[in-house]
Amino acid sequence: MTFIAKPRVHHPSLPRNDLGLTRRDYEGSVSTLCAGCGHDSVSASVVQACAELSLPPHRFVKVSGIGCSSKTPSYFLNKSHGFNSVHGRMPSVMTGANLANRDLLGIGVSGDGDSASIGLGQFAHIVRRRINMLYLVDNNGTYGLTKGQFSATNDRGSTSKKGIANLYEPIDLVSMALQLGASFVARSFSGDKKQLVPLIKAALKHKGMAFIDVISPCVAFNNHVGSTKSYEFTRDHRDTAVNADLILTSPEVMADYEEGAREDVAMPDGSTLRLYKLDADYDPHDRVGALNYVQKMQEEGTVVTGLLYVDSNPVECHDIMGTVKTPLAQLTEDELCPGSNILESINESFR
Amino acid sequence: MNPREDITLNDFVIRFANVNGSGSASANGMFAKALFRMGIPVSTRNIFPSNIEGLPTWFEVRVNDHGYLGRREGVDIMVAMNAETFEEDVSSLLPGGYLVYDNSKELPKSLLRPDINLIGVPISTMLLSEFSIQKQRNLFKNITYLGVLAGLIDIEFEIITGMVSTQYKGKDDLIEPNIRALEIGRNYAVKYLDAPIRFQVKRSDKVGDKIFVEGNEAAGLGAVYGGASVCAWYPITPSTSVAEAFEKHANKLRIDVETGDKNFAIIQVEDELAAIGVVIGAAWNGARAFTATSGPGISLMSEFLGLAYFAEIPAVVWDIQRSGPSTGMPTRTQQSDLIGAAYASHGDTKHPLLFPTTPKDCFDFANLALNLADRAQTPVLVMSDLELGMNQNLSDPFEWDDSTKYDRGKVLSAKDLDELDSFGRYLDVDGDGIGYRTLPGTHEDKGSFFTRGTSRDEFAVYTESPEAYERNMKRLEKKWETIKTLVPEALISMNGSRMGVMCYGTTVLPMPEALDLLADDGIILDHCHVRAFPFGAEVSKFVADHEMIFVVEQNRDGQMRTLLINELEVDPSKMRPVLYYAGLSISANNIYRQISEYFDQNNIAKVFEVKS
Repeated sequence: MTFIAKPRVHHPSLPRNDLGLTRRDYEGSVSTLCAGCGHDSVSASVVQACAELSLPPHRFVKVSGIGCSSKTPSYFLNKSHGFNSVHGRMPSVMTGANLANRDLLGIGVSGDGDSASIGLGQFAHIVRRRINMLYLVDNNGTYGLTKGQFSATNDRGSTSKKGIANLYEPIDLVSMALQLGASFVARSFSGDKKQLVPLIKAALKHKGMAFIDVISPCVAFNNHVGSTKSYEFTRDHRDTAVNADLILTSPEVMADYEEGAREDVAMPDGSTLRLYKLDADYDPHDRVGALNYVQKMQEEGTVVTGLLYVDSNPVECHDIMGTVKTPLAQLTEDELCPGSNILESINESFR
Repeated sequence: MNPREDITLNDFVIRFANVNGSGSASANGMFAKALFRMGIPVSTRNIFPSNIEGLPTWFEVRVNDHGYLGRREGVDIMVAMNAETFEEDVSSLLPGGYLVYDNSKELPKSLLRPDINLIGVPISTMLLSEFSIQKQRNLFKNITYLGVLAGLIDIEFEIITGMVSTQYKGKDDLIEPNIRALEIGRNYAVKYLDAPIRFQVKRSDKVGDKIFVEGNEAAGLGAVYGGASVCAWYPITPSTSVAEAFEKHANKLRIDVETGDKNFAIIQVEDELAAIGVVIGAAWNGARAFTATSGPGISLMSEFLGLAYFAEIPAVVWDIQRSGPSTGMPTRTQQSDLIGAAYASHGDTKHPLLFPTTPKDCFDFANLALNLADRAQTPVLVMSDLELGMNQNLSDPFEWDDSTKYDRGKVLSAKDLDELDSFGRYLDVDGDGIGYRTLPGTHEDKGSFFTRGTSRDEFAVYTESPEAYERNMKRLEKKWETIKTLVPEALISMNGSRMGVMCYGTTVLPMPEALDLLADDGIILDHCHVRAFPFGAEVSKFVADHEMIFVVEQNRDGQMRTLLINELEVDPSKMRPVLYYAGLSISANNIYRQISEYFDQNNIAKVFEVKS
């Protein structure tokens, strides 16, 4: 890692954000995933979202588990530290990272094997602890690196590449996240960056546990007829509840949505989260309603996407714990060590 | 008072047999503390069940003016308050010992022994007339037998009444009845019993400025002083009180005076996997972090320990060992996690271990472990045990030098990075096998890298190159050599013998007494108190310099012996195991017996030439 070796050539036409950086400054190394893999679109969406929000590219921590999805933190935000940990345990490593330094933005990337099977427990507990982070699941319903076994999010009846049907019920991480207390829950599709990028932006600005389940088809093992996680199936069976946009400056009125279907939510940093409800009756602030809606649509074979739930007044783990504003990692002997005077009276209490 | 000629002063073992959950712990604790406050060295042992209420529990106090603190076999005074274990308790008394029991109901004669002294006290009957509420009658039984004992062995009474007043400060209505119950007991002993008995206590000056505290409390407090700011844990006996002590002390000592915010985070997580994951994530991101667990937790943490070893991330794990394998005897002590901890995880992994012996060690090792983990960028396990962790132990007082700076190891700042031409996370710049690390968020375009459990080159780039993999593994070996110079040295005392004895952790406690017993029998041994793994040069030398070495430990398989043989490539036949693993701590007598039997069986001359 020499600092001078690789001059970054920016095409002069590339737009620069408020930090004077282009999208290239938010990229990572070249992906080694299969051509057409949904995960690469998710990584590209993260790059675009961070660039558009003008977030400093070194102020993130990227944590993942094991699997195709967990490789992706290499493919975005090169200037940030990343941590490819052990299978299913991204949440605990991210919890520690967040406790140590609350100032850094946490992006955890996991897969359906990582979060719904081996790491289901860690997924559940980080959500209920409300760690301030973006939790992205690249959900393709299959184990890619081990060549195509069903994962726990694979729908019952969906077939493998060899035509064998999955016999077991799927785990729906969105429903679990809603039930367990995530303050921002969304589902999207890697084939729809127009929807996904604004969701990631909104999630990054959300102060609390922001969970996005991204249907991200596996072109090698789960993109055939008979699979319910293919590009084609997802396109044909999607229904969007609420689309979101994050407006950094004063919002302009958009013409293509009816007035009643639009709602602005003020964000802590002064930006505005604008929600466009495609179903006028849908209330994205009703956790139980969202859960019912998602499950009802699922029964009908429809994949609901969009922003499903957002808490306008979220709390995060540091608020719950009452930790100092300064990152714990930056405290010194002055704050950490009680000193010898008090120790003498502590000794006395043991006599 | 009756004049006695056969007095044994400040030297006996007393055992209290109680029912778990009956409130006896408080009275028993006061008994030990009272003797400590009279300046007499005491050691305490809780022998308790894995149960909340109803099963038998024992509390043993060894009183010894020489300062012998290890467990001694046999009981001199038995306070038998549990009908269920009465027969067993009677049989554990040494001949000439005293049985203190409630004779409100007559006991079958068959249960009693002719060679012991019976001290029946009508505790229930006395309390029946004194207290109207049944609950009080039951609860005050404990404090009443404490009063009886005060009379029997001559404890300074005002020390106990003073403790009662302190204990119930704020609940003043409890002070009077407790003191009344104490007096009922004491007065009965003085009036109706042949008090004081043969075993008596007398104010001594052997305690000095020592403190009386549980190892786990010391560990938790030490972690506060050592600058730990993140603690993640999952409840498991006997380690739970480490995290609880950290939280208790941090809540007093780590609060921002202006805002009331906490300068620490403690989190009870869903399992031990998460606990070590949080510690690794926090340490990776720059905090000093630790967890506390016991054997089963170490098994669960193994995969993560391998990650931290290979990805080179600091982590501190307190292993308060208990009897294994599996769930084993979860409330009994043992030193049986050594091999599991030393080589935890798949692949070629090894981790430094520290072996505390006293609460002072626990306090000191808390900071030392955090320093070592930061310096060596690797997990460090502190191998305490139930004996040390959950019993009040006599200890030197805790000390802290205010000029102490935490050793954060090789961490580059933004300024450091600006001054560098290039940065390679796993480059061995200093030739000690330890690279320089950067923390997330340090610099806007220098020093970021990807941490992973997969193989990588010196610049943290993923690689499957055989050469790069081998270079990395060899560098980790070099780091292991460096660690040998960083761990606390063994404490060695040479007596000019050709034979030596090695011990560690709580097996150090009975050693002074065992060595005295052996010396009385003409067996002089050099002594090596191992404090860390990997073994430093002084341990290698000790092993090389002796023809035969006894390794004293509390497990079946001689795990320290195995580590010594394996790591130092020693001929196994010169390493003699001295083992005890039945769940209590090894006694001096047992050590003496095993070693002297070996001498006898092998016709080894007992008196060696001693260099003056």
